[in-house]
Amino acid sequence: MNQALLDLGDYIATTLGEAVTGSELINDELVIWAKSDTLLEVIKFLRDNQNCQFRQLVELTAVDYPSREDRFELVYCLLSLTHNQRIKIKFSTSDETPVESVTGLFSSAIWYEREVWDMYGIFFANHPDLRRMLTDYGFEGHPLRKDFPLTGYVEVRYDETQKRVVYEPVKLTQEFRNFDFSSPWEGIVNLPGDEKAEQENEEGAA
Amino acid sequence: MAEATIKPLTLNFGPQHPAAHGVLRLVMEMDGEIIERADPHIGLLHRGTEKLIEYKTYLQAIPYFDRLDYVAPMNQEHVFALAVEKLLDIEVPKRGQYIRVLYCEIGRILNHLLNITTFAIDVGAMTPILWGFEQREILMEFYERACGARLHAAYFRPGGVHQDLPAGLLPDISEFCDNFPAFIDDLEGLLTENRIFRQRTVDIGVMNFDEAMDWGLSGPMIRGSGIAWDLRKSQPYDCYDELDFDIPVGKNGDCFDRYLVRVEEMRQSLHIMKQCIEKMPEGPVLAPNHKVTPPRRDDMKRSMEALIHHFKLYTEGFHVPAGETYIAVEAPKGEFGVYLVADGSNKPYRCKIKAPGFAHLAAMDYMCRGHMLADSVAILGSMDIVFGEVDR
Repeated sequence: MNQALLDLGDYIATTLGEAVTGSELINDELVIWAKSDTLLEVIKFLRDNQNCQFRQLVELTAVDYPSREDRFELVYCLLSLTHNQRIKIKFSTSDETPVESVTGLFSSAIWYEREVWDMYGIFFANHPDLRRMLTDYGFEGHPLRKDFPLTGYVEVRYDETQKRVVYEPVKLTQEFRNFDFSSPWEGIVNLPGDEKAEQENEEGAA
Repeated sequence: MAEATIKPLTLNFGPQHPAAHGVLRLVMEMDGEIIERADPHIGLLHRGTEKLIEYKTYLQAIPYFDRLDYVAPMNQEHVFALAVEKLLDIEVPKRGQYIRVLYCEIGRILNHLLNITTFAIDVGAMTPILWGFEQREILMEFYERACGARLHAAYFRPGGVHQDLPAGLLPDISEFCDNFPAFIDDLEGLLTENRIFRQRTVDIGVMNFDEAMDWGLSGPMIRGSGIAWDLRKSQPYDCYDELDFDIPVGKNGDCFDRYLVRVEEMRQSLHIMKQCIEKMPEGPVLAPNHKVTPPRRDDMKRSMEALIHHFKLYTEGFHVPAGETYIAVEAPKGEFGVYLVADGSNKPYRCKIKAPGFAHLAAMDYMCRGHMLADSVAILGSMDIVFGEVDR
């Protein structure tokens, strides 16, 4: 356990009070749980406070958990060169609520937020230039969502008669193979047939 | 005469321009020859690596990392191997660590050779690229002798490296380390004092401390701005803490300083490689935990258990306990990181790749503003962009 990070987490949690909902160490890495309405306040504090000085936004990304009510988890990774520490700020959001952009605090967020918008469809409010980043011009959908198929929906080819590139629905010559490796020997505690043994035991007892 | 407002000229640069270093499309708004705004359009090499990795086992994900920054492939594998090792909590044997560091430094020289020489050709010097690629070929032969592939190595695995180095390789690398400084001197003789090279690079694309922090720069880009920040020193991984090396820093944060930093880093890499060869211990190169690492071929001929492990590892793969981690290494281009979320299955739930080039290219607009058109090429060259990692 890294005591310095633990102390820093406590310090941030007590100083910011209501703005953060908790702090914890995951795999020896400090994670601060924030709320979407206090995000800017938390990040500004982390950047400017003397004991934090997280002056670089290293990474901004999202993780999709479709089963949750707020399906996306946004992750902001900050780095402090002065204290040689890393920190992650996390909070959950849905695809309908816009998230306040942090481009005013970190210029590097301009592209990171564009990428998250492109890949997940999370809208960032007050972003100066929220266009798609990596996908094709005129692309539809958000590819890193878990419900977006790996093969996508359209494929392109050059059409000799029309003399241009045309978009067509994906045609797979072979069905996409996704093997299920969940093993009956791991994870499943009750194997089929176990209930018979229990019944026999009960009968024997009776 | 009435004053006329002239609409800025929009200039399209790339994606098929040799100075675009791949498939960059740069849309620039020009006022005469002055750049008013530069808008990089990226994604032309987007292959959906992160999505693909979510559908592959942890071991199958490794080759995708070769194809990110294909100039220094092993440095990318390194970060993924480290992340998986952290989640699995396995220790790499010392010899495995030294081999990894040795090959990471070879990768750094590979990368800097390519960057410096292509940068030079961008600003008008033809000879360095012809000399540099000869040296790169020697280094790629070392790759080939270790793992069988010149580029897409898939050599670093969770738990160590896939196989031990063949006999006679270390003396050859050592010989290379003795000969290479003379080449660096030759290269510097062509560029460092070259008047044209200096005119094209000095005071071009200056980034000061605050700007470098704001734009999230890393690697030679941030060191060129005078910040002595190197993850190999500040957050050492594998055996970097046992090795002695210096971190070169620039003074002015311009394109020329970044070039100087890279030249000195090559010398330091040689220094590290020599130490690795000297200190290289004997022993296994792969962790002995066969729930994660494959058994040796000769074990499989005799041991039933080894055969089962082999079969399970190459079909189902290993399961990684639920958890998450962000791991970063000092790749030649800067901080290369992986944010890995595991859900307990044999596939990563999410694998976000943090590429240094992405952040650098994001600053392109800021750095180009107010410069001349020709300077954009010098700035791009000094950023060290490879589209494999930017577009992912």
